[in-house]
Amino acid sequence: MDVSVTARPRPETPAPPEPPLYATRQRVYPKTVSGDFRRVKWAILAVCLAVYYLLPWVRWDRGPNAPDQALLIDMEGRRAYFFFIEIWPQEIYFLTGLLILAAIALFLVTSLLGRVWCGYACPQTVWTDLFMAVERAIEGDRVQRMRLDKAPLSMNKLWRKTAKHSAWVLIAAATGGAWVMYFQDAPTLARQVFVGEASSSTYVFAGLFTVSTYVLAGWAREQVCTYMCPWPRFQAAMLDEHSLTVTYQKWRGEPRGKHKSGESWDGRGDCVDCTACVQVCPTGIDIRDGQQMECIGCGLCIDACDEIMDKVGRPKGLIRLSTQVTQDACAAGRPAPEWRLLRPRTLIYAVVLATVGAIMLVALLIRPTVEIAVLRDRNPLYVTLSDGSVRNAYTLKVLNKTRDGHEYALTAPGLAGAALTMVDARTSAPSSSLTLAARPDSVATYRVFVTLPAADAPRGDRPLTFDLTDRATGATTRYRSVFIGPEDGHHHDDRKGR
Amino acid sequence: MPTKVEKDAVSGTETTGHEWDGIKELNTPLPSWWLYTFYVTVAFGVVWSILYPSFPTGPNSYFGGLIGYSQRGELSASMAEAAAAKAPMVDRIAAAELEQIRADADLRNFAMAGGRAAFGDNCAPCHGAGAAGSKGFPNLVDDSWLWGGSLSAIHQTIAYGVRNTNEQSRASAMPRFGLDGLLTRTQIDDVAEHVLAITNRATNAAAAGRGATLYVENCASCHGAMGEGNQDVGAPRLDGRNWLFGGDKASVVQTINTGRNGAMPAWAERLDPATVKMLTVYVHGLGGGQ
Repeated sequence: MDVSVTARPRPETPAPPEPPLYATRQRVYPKTVSGDFRRVKWAILAVCLAVYYLLPWVRWDRGPNAPDQALLIDMEGRRAYFFFIEIWPQEIYFLTGLLILAAIALFLVTSLLGRVWCGYACPQTVWTDLFMAVERAIEGDRVQRMRLDKAPLSMNKLWRKTAKHSAWVLIAAATGGAWVMYFQDAPTLARQVFVGEASSSTYVFAGLFTVSTYVLAGWAREQVCTYMCPWPRFQAAMLDEHSLTVTYQKWRGEPRGKHKSGESWDGRGDCVDCTACVQVCPTGIDIRDGQQMECIGCGLCIDACDEIMDKVGRPKGLIRLSTQVTQDACAAGRPAPEWRLLRPRTLIYAVVLATVGAIMLVALLIRPTVEIAVLRDRNPLYVTLSDGSVRNAYTLKVLNKTRDGHEYALTAPGLAGAALTMVDARTSAPSSSLTLAARPDSVATYRVFVTLPAADAPRGDRPLTFDLTDRATGATTRYRSVFIGPEDGHHHDDRKGR
Repeated sequence: MPTKVEKDAVSGTETTGHEWDGIKELNTPLPSWWLYTFYVTVAFGVVWSILYPSFPTGPNSYFGGLIGYSQRGELSASMAEAAAAKAPMVDRIAAAELEQIRADADLRNFAMAGGRAAFGDNCAPCHGAGAAGSKGFPNLVDDSWLWGGSLSAIHQTIAYGVRNTNEQSRASAMPRFGLDGLLTRTQIDDVAEHVLAITNRATNAAAAGRGATLYVENCASCHGAMGEGNQDVGAPRLDGRNWLFGGDKASVVQTINTGRNGAMPAWAERLDPATVKMLTVYVHGLGGGQ
């Protein structure tokens, strides 16, 4: 409960109220606009949505016993497929690399062209735009929508609101439904989802993305960009005076004011203060206040202003994509300098981008098709046999990433006298080389004992290498492990099991 | 309630009409969404209390709720479900010979997994989680066995135990040579020297020589003439590197003096036959199985 302290005697003039710490959201009713930027925005929106909804349905033949979905993150099978690339869980660093690549690409594009990502390609922008289009189709344009919201509940309002939210939920459900398709075979899953056979986690995730799409694109909208997204907060660090940004050319527009046709344009700016730029803004800001964090750089205000400038007979481009240096020069009456694409900042981003891309490409090309992982038994560290020989136990995991079965020879070179035995149905006879087989695209697990005779048994640790040689190709994969024997002085073990 | 609603001059908010020493309370009610959420939780609580166990009705009784739910019941149900899921494999294990289990990859994998779990629950306290044992508790991963390391011998040992009250228990006794006056202190020392001599560790050749005769008279019947041991009576080898109760002279002397009679429960009395079989296959597969 708030408690106000009222001083006595009551002052004649109360102190002006302090501005509240909490700002109530001002609902934004963006107006329809047409123009080049709007057309580009529609085109990119269509491409983005098409890619998102259709990509899981693209097929890619990988031969038998492999999924034929071009892009599939198979959680259950623990594989990720991206066209010709197949990633195992331990190769998740490719995903990390991809994210780094995306981040640097974002930095580069931002420093060159400003916030085109925010304005055109970000899912939040794309879906918000889609939801607004639906809203506009059902409730009408800006003025009708404002009037409808203010009006008391009526049949007209009821059906329009119901229709809008139903349409939103449908789109959101399609969005959530498409998301889960990336994680299982899409045609199979689509059928399962509709007949109620899909797993509960499928429904949970589809539901989660349905709800988040509906809430974020339908209700939260520009608040996501302004309050939730970290990118607007630090993207300013990528921008400099040569970056393209949506700019109101103050030197040309001011002083602004209403203009009646026939009046002279002398001594005044081109801005007729029609607020068309404000009315179409999806984040509800006034671009004439200059660069601001809330601006997503979509350029719809440029379309709106150009239309007005056409009508009042002034040149287009009062609001335009421009750079700070151009604006400074124009304001000072100097000729606009050339737009510099090549700057230290962009060059560095480009070089880093190319380097990371090259590293990832090389990593992909030299990606091993067989790997070996060795887990050494640690309890007990070693076993002393009755004849004094020392035995260590290892669990070997042979990862065969190819689509064919392979046979490998396992040896432990460098440890003289070492005898390898495989523990299976029957413990194999001690030998210097074992044959291990791995089925296609799978991990084969073997338990192997390495025994050193009493005479050769080490005191303490000794390095041990396992060589896994492909019987067909002769390619060798090496794993460095360790062989542990009793410490000095404990060789004649006085306590069994030590 | 005052008939006239007063407004605070500074904030413009209505006051509640309460005033203490000139301080007036502003009327800032809870947001309605908060209030309705609260009402919903109250209603939820009432419904919950009727459906689920909620309040005591006596010192040892409680109202169990209309749908008869209990967490213990849920646990029992999921345990029963797990047992039912395992039943086909467990039945096959119960019906199969030990050798069959070892030869069949499916059965062996199941037995190794089930055996590992049962070992952790029942055997690890004495034999250790890694089955390497400790002083007095045999190591199960090496190649030394008191009562035999074949599948059937291991199964016998696990099922009926050692030196317990079960009729089929393995039984034998190492006499208390010193405490019972069977050997003198010097004689025990001599025998100990001879035992060390078997593995070439004697410190006193003369004593070891005297001990050899005593060994033949007192020890060889169980431990064998050359100290090779006898798995029929659970007599350990004395010619190897592994010593259950210690292989240094002091430990050997103590063993001869007081005797050693380790015991193990008969697990057939506590575990079902399939589990004993799985334990057998698991222990056999640890590395020492013969």
